[in-house]
Amino acid sequence: MGTKDYLGIIWFSIILVVTPFIIGNDYYIGILVFAAFNCLSCIGLSLLMGYAGQISLGHAAFLGIGAYSSALLTVKMGWSPWLAIVLGIILAVIMALVIGIPSLRLKGHYLAMATLGFGSIIHIVTVAAVDFTGGPAGISQIPTLNIFGFPINSDVKYYAFIWIIVVIGLFFALNIIHSRSGRALRAIHGSEDAAGSSGIHTSRYKIRIFVISAIYSSIAGSFYAHYVNYIDPGPFGIMHSVLLVTMVAVGGMHKVWGAVIGSILLSVLPEILSTISEVVEGYGIEYKPDYDTLIYGSILLAIMLFLPGGIFQGVGDGFKRLKKLFTRKTSSAV
Amino acid sequence: MNRKLFCFTAVSFFMVMSALTPHLFAEDYKVGCLFSITGSASWLGEPERNTAEMIAEEINKAGGINGHKLKLYIEDTQGDNTRAVNATKKLIKKDKVCAIIGPSRSGTSMAVIPIVQAEQIPLISCAGAEVIVEPVQERKWVFKTPQKDSDCVKRIYDHLTAKGIKDIGIISGTTGFGTAGRDQLKAIAKEYGMNIVADETYSPADTDMTAQLVKIRNSGAKALVNWSIVPAQSIVPKNMKQLKFDIPLYQSHGFGNVKYVEAAGPAADGIIFPGGRLLCVDSVSDDNPQKAVLKQYRDAYEARFKDKVSTFGGHAYDSLWLVINALKAVGDDPAKIRDYLETSTLVGTGGVFKFSPTDHNGLDKNAFEMITIKNGEFVVLKD
Repeated sequence: MGTKDYLGIIWFSIILVVTPFIIGNDYYIGILVFAAFNCLSCIGLSLLMGYAGQISLGHAAFLGIGAYSSALLTVKMGWSPWLAIVLGIILAVIMALVIGIPSLRLKGHYLAMATLGFGSIIHIVTVAAVDFTGGPAGISQIPTLNIFGFPINSDVKYYAFIWIIVVIGLFFALNIIHSRSGRALRAIHGSEDAAGSSGIHTSRYKIRIFVISAIYSSIAGSFYAHYVNYIDPGPFGIMHSVLLVTMVAVGGMHKVWGAVIGSILLSVLPEILSTISEVVEGYGIEYKPDYDTLIYGSILLAIMLFLPGGIFQGVGDGFKRLKKLFTRKTSSAV
Repeated sequence: MNRKLFCFTAVSFFMVMSALTPHLFAEDYKVGCLFSITGSASWLGEPERNTAEMIAEEINKAGGINGHKLKLYIEDTQGDNTRAVNATKKLIKKDKVCAIIGPSRSGTSMAVIPIVQAEQIPLISCAGAEVIVEPVQERKWVFKTPQKDSDCVKRIYDHLTAKGIKDIGIISGTTGFGTAGRDQLKAIAKEYGMNIVADETYSPADTDMTAQLVKIRNSGAKALVNWSIVPAQSIVPKNMKQLKFDIPLYQSHGFGNVKYVEAAGPAADGIIFPGGRLLCVDSVSDDNPQKAVLKQYRDAYEARFKDKVSTFGGHAYDSLWLVINALKAVGDDPAKIRDYLETSTLVGTGGVFKFSPTDHNGLDKNAFEMITIKNGEFVVLKD
């Protein structure tokens, strides 16, 4: 990890600590809790997309595996939530290996296809295996989490807890990138043949990183279940997988920080739009909920057109340009 | 200097005014609404939103509730759990509503129950599943207005018993509604001595049920119950006609939309199902206590929105009127509204409601009318 990343984590943590004091309202804090679940999944996904150059269109299924393991084991079998989370992780790892080993040995985007199918299968199982998963009626009364007898039962407490987890996840991810494996992965992303010829076991690295990204999602899914206290198949469909990929792409695929920014931004955006709609309606103009989709789409389009490297890189470039402009001006003045 | 003085006066004027305003006018009564206005269940949420807005306008035109204006905060859940949870928190913590009506779907209702239970805000769901209000000791703050699945099953079995039919086949869609109905059909069969000789399912995307129907025909069923809420249910009567499979066909209350009848075409004639009386207002007998309410709501809705009235808008009608009556009686304290709701009675569109501490639905099987289809229209079944 470079100095920049350490500084980044410190700044990020400070912002996280200060935010609840500024926004105050529990409702907004609740939205940031949901943003944290997306953030955790996206950090894992960005390792896969940005560094191994592979796309997963089934990450919501890993969220589902985590969520359903936690829900089933705690509600139906009375396990401790922490043990259930660990079992969820183990299940996610097994699933990732089953899909990853055959598809990541091949060159090209076979993983995308395999995960697309896998995502559909998991979704169908959650809908159709009524006796096991509760089917479309879902599972309710999932217990809240406890840390050493200290219950995490309010939005603010959950906010603090989940963002600590995210920062730890971020720390791990940044460390992976700056390790031997990270360099190997970047080499694979650049050119698989070149990486292979310089002694990197390409498929093993790709499988490893896919498994790690599945773990991130499984953990996010488990915590989602314990926060909402109710799950049904809805949030674990294909559309959510696509949304996660979009978040990573919007933030910037080639940096983990991009995934952090993209996921927070796209999680909060619907809320910003609803605030805008209230303001617009305050002026007596009718605002239809369908407009949200339009605005959402045009924002994504604008980012893809004008900031192809994602927001993180785009903003960084903008700053650099400003800096250059500024230094040139001052130097000419002198 | 003058300018400064002017600014100072202006600012202090506004401050004083804004400080005084709440004391000059009675505060609004704030009620939250959670409807799936867009997304895959928009045909539930849209009539619900229309109905709620229509009632609020009427109330406010007539001077509000005891001098307080009724202000609705309508949120679109898009039928999505995360959005529903967020919207509920927004209604409770930001908008500070005193009661919530909705959500439209069973899944989203289940997702928001933990929140309203913890925050102690009364919620009147517009969704079908019975688990929403049961077990009642764990659903202190939760009520619902749509009729119960189990009552629908009982009405169907009553009718079958009267006809002397014991061997039945069932076919259901694999959705939340279909699954819940299938469970109830099987659970209540014993009580009525029904013999389920075939149990088939179809997915919402299926376009042909011939295979399932042939199986049911071979099983020797004397009547068929089709339980679903998705458009695919209209294919069952069509396929039956093609197969010349001529046994009585019963549908669930999920058939209660005229669009399903249109989709089935002439094959729909003769289908029997228990449904809310809102579907067949004109053929409800005049001495029925609901008749006046039904007629008034249907005429107002259809005149205003140029669209056929649906059962779902009716659920919102009943929910909102329950809240309005509570507001009239006890004001906008959530705990008092909850207590009042438990003792409420209402002649609504879904039936005659009688809530109690052990019954948060307030309806019995008489809320259903046995309806049949004649020339593409819903009419009350006469025998």
